[in-house]
Amino acid sequence: MTGTQDIGIYIHIPFCVRKCRYCDFASWSGMESIWEPYIRAVVRELELKSETAAGRRVMSLFIGGGTPSLLPYAFILSIMDAVRRHYRLLPDAEITIEANPGTLDEDKVKAYLDAGINRLSIGLQAYQDRLLKFLGRVHTARQFDEAVSMAQRHGFSNINADIIFGIPHQTMDDWLETLSRVLSHRIPHVSCYSLTIEEDTPFGRMKREGKWQDPDEELERSMYHTAMEMLGEAGLEQYELSNAAKPHHRCRHNMNYWQRGEYLGFGAAAHSFHNCQRSANTSDIRLYMEGMARGNPVLDECYPVPDEEGLSESMILGLRLTEGVDLDELSTVYHTDVRLKYREKLEKLAERKLVELEGSVVRLTKRGMDLANQVFVEFI
Amino acid sequence: MSTERQKKIRNFCIIAHIDHGKSTLADRLLELTGVLTEREMEEQVLDNMEIERERGITIKAQAVRMIYKAEDGEEYILNLIDTPGHVDFNYEVSRSIAACEGAVLVIDASQGIEAQTLANVYLALEHDLEIVPVINKIDLPSARPDEVIREIEDVIGLEAQNAPQISAKNGINIESVIKRIISDIPAPRGDEDAPLRALIFDSYYDSYKGVIAYVRVMEGRVSPGQTIRMMHTEKEYVVTELGYLRPGGQIPSDALMAGEVGYICAGIKDVRNCRVGDTITLASNPAKEPLPGYKKAVPMVFCGIYPADGSKYNDLRDSLEKLQLNDAALMFEPETSVALGLGFRCGFLGLLHMEIIQERLEREYNLDIVTTAPSVIYRITKTNGEVILLDNPTNMPDPTEIASMEEPVVKATIMTPTEYVGSIMELCQDRRGNFLGMDYLEATRVMLNYEMPLNEIVYDFFDALKSRSRGYASLDYELSGYKESKLVKLDIRLNGEVVDALSFIVHVDKAYARGRRMAEKLKETIPRQMFEIPIQACIGNKIIARETVKAFRKDVLAKCYGGDITRKKKLLEKQKEGKKRMRQVGSVEVPQEAFMSVLKLDL
Repeated sequence: MTGTQDIGIYIHIPFCVRKCRYCDFASWSGMESIWEPYIRAVVRELELKSETAAGRRVMSLFIGGGTPSLLPYAFILSIMDAVRRHYRLLPDAEITIEANPGTLDEDKVKAYLDAGINRLSIGLQAYQDRLLKFLGRVHTARQFDEAVSMAQRHGFSNINADIIFGIPHQTMDDWLETLSRVLSHRIPHVSCYSLTIEEDTPFGRMKREGKWQDPDEELERSMYHTAMEMLGEAGLEQYELSNAAKPHHRCRHNMNYWQRGEYLGFGAAAHSFHNCQRSANTSDIRLYMEGMARGNPVLDECYPVPDEEGLSESMILGLRLTEGVDLDELSTVYHTDVRLKYREKLEKLAERKLVELEGSVVRLTKRGMDLANQVFVEFI
Repeated sequence: MSTERQKKIRNFCIIAHIDHGKSTLADRLLELTGVLTEREMEEQVLDNMEIERERGITIKAQAVRMIYKAEDGEEYILNLIDTPGHVDFNYEVSRSIAACEGAVLVIDASQGIEAQTLANVYLALEHDLEIVPVINKIDLPSARPDEVIREIEDVIGLEAQNAPQISAKNGINIESVIKRIISDIPAPRGDEDAPLRALIFDSYYDSYKGVIAYVRVMEGRVSPGQTIRMMHTEKEYVVTELGYLRPGGQIPSDALMAGEVGYICAGIKDVRNCRVGDTITLASNPAKEPLPGYKKAVPMVFCGIYPADGSKYNDLRDSLEKLQLNDAALMFEPETSVALGLGFRCGFLGLLHMEIIQERLEREYNLDIVTTAPSVIYRITKTNGEVILLDNPTNMPDPTEIASMEEPVVKATIMTPTEYVGSIMELCQDRRGNFLGMDYLEATRVMLNYEMPLNEIVYDFFDALKSRSRGYASLDYELSGYKESKLVKLDIRLNGEVVDALSFIVHVDKAYARGRRMAEKLKETIPRQMFEIPIQACIGNKIIARETVKAFRKDVLAKCYGGDITRKKKLLEKQKEGKKRMRQVGSVEVPQEAFMSVLKLDL
């Protein structure tokens, strides 16, 4: 891998009002007393790692969580300040902050804009308060409408909304309502996620104890296909398994992940991929802060990714994109004939109508998008 | 008459049911006679194999020589021959018994006599062994020694009023057992000057010394350097070493003489040339007749064993060969299955023997194996008069070519507390058992006798028996012959294709129920795939049961961002591992468990 590409920066804010019942991210409610020292630690980490990125331009910055919008905006500003001070943040960089309805107010929105944040990602999940309650969300559907309108009023145009389908008790009508409400705001980006049950969550426990009823698969898939169709009709073209955007509004930060670009992560549990090496900061907030105080980051994991595995990653990440993977391009990057290497597998997958081949490009078919793992395992 | 030397020898075995304390008593005896100090003793020395210890059973016979100094100042040599404790190894048991003059019968003071114990007692009585009954676990609150004594007297007809009442576990009254061994069990006899006749009661393969034969010298004497002859296999070898046995090792000696128990090494490369039950004599002065009772081990139960990973075929063969070095009863030959690829058809003495071999392959040789449903040997008379023996359902001739079929039947003895009789009789009826009779052992325990097809026993019969009796019933069986029977071959088709490894032979009356249950079970075991999979149970072209595994519609990780990549890769790796454990049968991926889960149909 070259060491000259532009990189992304991810900053993790592991705090939220209350943890959603499906969420297995590193995030905690309460803990107001450590917000300030935590931000100090992140700023310290930004300083410490600046050497790593020496000379590299930063084309995207993503402040995620948790709920970054929960924190007083001053904390966000000091992070922005540290990033600008220690990194070559491009003038036209995409700078995203995640926000939850109910935590956003005018002052925050204005402050974000002033700090150069130009993209807002808002978690709606569902437009029905009963479903929001079931998911353990702390806001109402109405608060979402208010938050979006307010952000747009102050000048945010690049807005994403996260929505979830396949929730138990969610009907197709519920889903259609969610979609049309989201589209009514004319935002340029929507992420639609199939509800995934992770082990270490309240939902995961319900599943383990046999108290979970998976939604009907037919319905779930039909929700997915409907969503992508409706979004497409509204001008938001699907570009990744779970994402659709208007032209020029694809999330550059995430595109970088899928194109196997490099990124640096800051904060507890943040992951980095840099110099052919994947690493993750400790997810223990206190350990993280202690490490930073000593000037010595504590890692949960750190492993090199040899080229062989890199190619495999490029395939499974790249195939998530609707544009697919250009095998000839990968051949150049990895100095190996990728078409030849995967010929049998690809033929088999094509025969099973999971992928389609067009010249040197391979991409998932519509059926392949429903069964993507069956394709990915072939490249593991 | 015994010589003065022989008068100081006692050769005995211990007969006990699983868990009645045989190994613990053996350990105590070793401890008491100073063969082992407590510290030396890893629990239960005689059960060497990990599996033996885990299951609390003895698979291979063992022998050990102890010296006991009696109160009168005399030193006695006590040779304990530990016998295998399972019906599968009946023949081995009979050879161990034939090497002794007496047997210590250990009965659990709470449990009483069990089927297997009784079978072995009868075996011992047949060989004129003096039986020393011992009541064990006397210190347990549930102990009821008086009833057990009465049971011994009523059922076996042994005087048991003075039987030592002991606790092997807590070392209570152990010495009284030794005293009874010396006073009650006769010393060996046998002319030291007669031509050599030594009974092989077990043999082991040792990578340094070759096969080590465990022998009881009945007549004559043998020394290193002499040429010995195996009277049945007619092979000759020069004795390189012989001597006495102690736990974990051997003590070489100059000679073994009539009445003694010990080991002989003679550079023998293959246990099959040193078979249990064979008689060793001297090539220079051979005995006229071998000792009676020799039988070649005959496998009764067969199954296919395949490597889970096809590339491990050679490893599997090597491992089976190694196991066979020590196990003359294990048979195997290569076979090919459409579903499972290259593997081996293996023959075993019985179900336990089969399970043990499977377990040893997995544990000691670290192999992932797939086994097919166990089968017995059917005798088929074809319309052209030809008689064939069938050990693999796949090879069953077309029904139109079959004039008649016979299956092996056994005489089964089941002992159980009376409260489970009804449910056990129901089970036996259901397994096509033919009721022969019932005897009360005591007011609360009965012995049931059935004639049963072996093919009913090789499917989870033992498990079913245990679960219906909450573990209290015990089973013993012996082959009693062949009987004509209406048998059919049941095939399973996945996505229209017959899976040969799942075919089995079943009585026509049970075919429907088993076919249905099998289809249901496969539906539970085969994961959903990208297309719908019909599962059909068929007899010939007739479909008797059908289930469908629905296609899955979705298999996708919705989110994959910077922090997810490592974790998602691991998930996909796991999924790939899962796929690896699948067998591709036509277009269907079948998990290996499916081939085995059908063994437990719970009918």
